[in-house]
Amino acid sequence: MIKVVESSGISKTFGTTNALDNISFSVNESEIFGFIGPDGAGKTTLFRIITTLLLPDKGKMTVLGMDSIADYKELRKNIGYMPGRFSLYQDLTVEENLNFYATVFGTTVKENYDLISDIYSHIEPFKKRLAGKLSGGMKQKLALSCALIHKPRLLILDEPTTGVDAVSRSEFWIMLAKLRQHNITIIVSTPYMDEAMRCDRVALIQNGLILSVAPPQKIRDGFSRKLFMVKAREKHKLITALRKYPDTMKAYPFGDSVHVTFAGDRITESLFRFLSEAGLNDVTVKETEASIEDRFLELM
Amino acid sequence: MDNRVIIVKNLIKKFGTFVANDNLSFEVFKGEIFGFLGANGAGKTTAIRILSGLSSPTSGEVIVAGVNASKKPEEIKKQIGYMSQKFSLYEDLTVKENIMLYGGIYGMKKSLIKERTDNLLEKLNFQEYGNKLIADLPLGLRQKLAFSIAIFHEPKIVFLDEPTGGVDPITRRQFWEMIYETAERGITVFVTTHYMDEAEYCDRISIMSEGRIVALDTPANLKKLYSADTVEEVFIKIARPVNN
Repeated sequence: MIKVVESSGISKTFGTTNALDNISFSVNESEIFGFIGPDGAGKTTLFRIITTLLLPDKGKMTVLGMDSIADYKELRKNIGYMPGRFSLYQDLTVEENLNFYATVFGTTVKENYDLISDIYSHIEPFKKRLAGKLSGGMKQKLALSCALIHKPRLLILDEPTTGVDAVSRSEFWIMLAKLRQHNITIIVSTPYMDEAMRCDRVALIQNGLILSVAPPQKIRDGFSRKLFMVKAREKHKLITALRKYPDTMKAYPFGDSVHVTFAGDRITESLFRFLSEAGLNDVTVKETEASIEDRFLELM
Repeated sequence: MDNRVIIVKNLIKKFGTFVANDNLSFEVFKGEIFGFLGANGAGKTTAIRILSGLSSPTSGEVIVAGVNASKKPEEIKKQIGYMSQKFSLYEDLTVKENIMLYGGIYGMKKSLIKERTDNLLEKLNFQEYGNKLIADLPLGLRQKLAFSIAIFHEPKIVFLDEPTGGVDPITRRQFWEMIYETAERGITVFVTTHYMDEAEYCDRISIMSEGRIVALDTPANLKKLYSADTVEEVFIKIARPVNN
């Protein structure tokens, strides 16, 4: 199988900060590959190296069979990049921005319209509006249209859904899934753990290191213990008490519950007695499936 | 005893002919963690500006920490704290300087600032960072400090705007534990966020759409009502964004 991206031993430091530390991974054709990690993990630095905008200190990056340093000119024609910060021209209209990007890449909007029609049709009614006056969801759709207008083989999206509301986020992922029909490989980063499930494979990244690369379900399955969901009305009291319980391995807040692992991977009557003595009489416990975030916490 | 820290009755806010807040009514209680959700453009920011004394209602009644927002918006500002993910602290000031600045703005006595600064740095295990510039602190520490400073003057309510967006899962959890502890002390925590998983941590949440509140209950009850597994699913079912 052809690898669209092949990264081996990529490192990058800024001053004393190790932004990327010996990063190796590969991305297959037509896959949606996600980088999941918090701010400062190294996602943007890595994307800037893949897109030939930044040179690595060490390692080799091969993209679409080309070297990211030697073949950067040819490579840029085949990559669509949507940076994390909205970087279209705010004082041009929607239509002018799209035409501009098409022209820069030596093509026309008409030529590749079928590729963007699904996305662009949402904002076409506002094509005379200045890009700076669009809502967050509309800006995101325009930026994606501009990144796609030269029909790239590889699309790189840096936190495309950050700051966008949940409805638009959900629509966005449906659009990405549809792009696969056009044989476009997509690399996307997000700080939202739940979005990992929308990717074919994900890399968990933290402090410049890749912690794990696998299909999202596999990452969840990697959780090494039985996980329990404990609920009570007084959450702070519940967490404090659970941490004092002798069999507790780890207890941390998770949404409206507390996620807990126990030494014996099971719960006994003594837990309820213990919590009741701590003044918690409305406790419920249920075994639950680990999420990507639980696994991330385990690996950190 | 009246436990209501925020009382909003028939709040209407118009900009010209545009109705940004269309007859909002809700209450928030002492020590509650209240999530205020809505799509982009739903009217959240307008409502929060009114609740924090930065804007006044066109009509209706808004009482925050016992103060009427139409009559004494300046009084409200003394009673609340605010922290946002985007702007929180001055990067070119040290940790102690930031604390001093905020304490001073809220009119706290120097001796009290000094005493609480020592306590705060000790509690956060921050002693070694006291004289460091904010710019030199990792993001996670900054967020914790920003929150601590937002409640430094012991406000009745603290408004948090996407407080844990983008931070790593461990820091995020430490942060929520700080929020739980704050709420347990009786400070009301008012959270606005786009991150639906943040909403799951709240005691109650409201969802705004097109200027109105279309849902208000505990996350568990809303999930039951809309047969959804997550708040995100609830949100997608009922919060239609204004623009596409």
